[in-house]
Amino acid sequence: MSGQAIAPAAASEAAPTGGGGGTARRARRSSRRAADRRLGYALVAPAVILLLAITGFPLVYNLWNSFHYVNLSYANVPQHFVGLSNYTRMFTSSSWLASLERTLAFTAVSAVFDTAVALGLALMLHRRFPGRGLLRAAILIPWAVPTVVSAMLWQTMFDPRAGFVDYFLGIVHPSWGSLTWAGASVLRSWVVVFIADAWKNVPFVAIILLAGLQVIPTEVYEAAKIDGATAWQSFRRMTLPLLKPAIMVALVFRTLQAFFVFDVIYIMTGGGPGTSTETLSFLNYQTFITNTDFGYGGAMSIVLIVMALVIAGVYVRVLRPEL
Amino acid sequence: MATVSLEGVSKTYPNGVRAVSGLDLEIADGEFMVLVGPSGCGKTTALRMVAGLEEISEGTIRVGDRVVNELSPRERDVAMVFQNYALYPHMTVAENIGFALRLAKMPKGEVRSKVEEAAAILGLTEHLDRKPSQLSGGQRQRVAMGRAIVREPAVFLMDEPLSNLDAKLRVQMRTEIARIQRRVNVATIYVTHDQTEAMTMGDRVAVLSAGTLQQCDVPQSLYDRPANLFVAAFIGSPAMNLYEGILSDGADSVRLGEQCLSLPPGLTSLEAWRGSPVVVGVRPENLHDAAGQGEPAPGRALEGDVELVEALGSERLVHFRLEASRLHGVGVAGGAGSERDAADLGRGELGAAAASVGVARVEPTSSIRGGERARFAVDVERLHLFDPSSGQAIGRH
Repeated sequence: MSGQAIAPAAASEAAPTGGGGGTARRARRSSRRAADRRLGYALVAPAVILLLAITGFPLVYNLWNSFHYVNLSYANVPQHFVGLSNYTRMFTSSSWLASLERTLAFTAVSAVFDTAVALGLALMLHRRFPGRGLLRAAILIPWAVPTVVSAMLWQTMFDPRAGFVDYFLGIVHPSWGSLTWAGASVLRSWVVVFIADAWKNVPFVAIILLAGLQVIPTEVYEAAKIDGATAWQSFRRMTLPLLKPAIMVALVFRTLQAFFVFDVIYIMTGGGPGTSTETLSFLNYQTFITNTDFGYGGAMSIVLIVMALVIAGVYVRVLRPEL
Repeated sequence: MATVSLEGVSKTYPNGVRAVSGLDLEIADGEFMVLVGPSGCGKTTALRMVAGLEEISEGTIRVGDRVVNELSPRERDVAMVFQNYALYPHMTVAENIGFALRLAKMPKGEVRSKVEEAAAILGLTEHLDRKPSQLSGGQRQRVAMGRAIVREPAVFLMDEPLSNLDAKLRVQMRTEIARIQRRVNVATIYVTHDQTEAMTMGDRVAVLSAGTLQQCDVPQSLYDRPANLFVAAFIGSPAMNLYEGILSDGADSVRLGEQCLSLPPGLTSLEAWRGSPVVVGVRPENLHDAAGQGEPAPGRALEGDVELVEALGSERLVHFRLEASRLHGVGVAGGAGSERDAADLGRGELGAAAASVGVARVEPTSSIRGGERARFAVDVERLHLFDPSSGQAIGRH
């Protein structure tokens, strides 16, 4: 701003002196630009330092750990460099590979299912009806509830003694009246984890998609109507392609969130029955906190981060705006 | 190919707002009908009712001999050009133009040849593979036109299609749209708030105000014989000068302040207004610089204090002040800017004698200068008289 205001004055001063004035003007301008840059760095410095302290340092520390033997449970064994052995241990570990498989499956199902449900919800909330504003605000409630709380709620609901799910199922079919869910059967454990996780996350995705729907001009739909499109054709040929950027953003969020799923499982199943609902984050947590194996846990978290980056990178490539 | 007829068509919104009331219009096959009026006059609502985008509260709309009230847009065989073009942003120009045809399950090859044909008419051939975002405003406008003509619909509907273009392009597209319409020869309803577009493009022009039809006629008749004050003030730029006057007892002259204009013989049915106030309308081009023409006959001249002269090259606009009451709010009338004033006029409001400005359109050779008192010769044969209470034209030949 100040640069623009001063420049004409500088130009008129320099004019009579000819060529030399131009050089002086350039020098002055570049020194002003350098000062602007310095101010810019100074302004972002606190944020950068804070970020480095809370994410940069642990990341580097983890990386360092991952190449070392660091296990607090065996304090008599001193820390020492082990090269890639933490990584090779992980890639050959059947429990890590199994939880990778589970995590990927859960991520894929959650991302697709949640986004589809959220799309339906967004389409509904996009319509005009009495009480729409209230409902739009209300659907955000599950998202605002801390995961620990919502997981506990769902656990209670699915509890065979205290919950009402079994009660209602018992009305439908007597043998369904006393099903045990979380932590009992593998399939049913996944079902409750999946439901609790979807309940918590669908609203957020729906709001992203709703925002996407709202920027599609109504005239496009009117034009399609006049061109002879049915409601379905207009959804397929207008809404979906025009919503693609929002859908991709929603998928990125949802995929990464599901990929890191931890607290729902921690509360509802504790990874059980056995290890059948252990995901990568859960295994990582156990290795770190329960087994205090910082070397191996470090390797796991580094791989987890790299995988997340790869997923995000793939999406970013696909997401690139085409319009 | 079909006629379109609106019979007693009304639109009342759920909140009670009546956007259109009792609209009767007949658009012949191949006719270019322009709906013109200030914003909020109901012209776009009327168009959207024909398109099927807006429900009809009362009345009947026919396309050909089919009543289309209950039909969806796709069943009405209409094509529409939207104000913002409403192009499909994710489709190429070719896909945009061919979308309706593909929906109608036309074979691909046929779609392509029709799209190419339309593109050739519109000069879009080399842009067929582009997306709308890569086109200029004028090109987008043409794509919107292409989307409409490729379908060979029974009716063309256009909702202010030129309002998003810059002035120069607008003039160019004006003639182009008129040319294309002649070529495809389909009944067309064209909505605009721009009276120049209305006058230059329409076979006939329907003037709307506050949801009701004011007058529907060929452009020249609208200009020459406005049916009421609203039309008189709305059509023409600069707008018609409207003053409050008193009709003489003999109904042969009208007094404006201290000055008197004689009326041509043969004006009928002025009896009711003898000795009463009337509104006198004079188009700016019917006021001439009296200095150039010899002394005008008594009762054929007006004197005023010149405030400002605008030299436009081919003519001069002389803004003057007259000792007569001027209709409220007409001072700033002219083109689209006159909307609110014109709306006031529709209700025949007369203001206090405070302002009595006027405009004369005189020869570029005129020596009238600002600050002087000037004398204008008046074409009294071209005076317009209106009833101040109803706003209706009176005393026609």
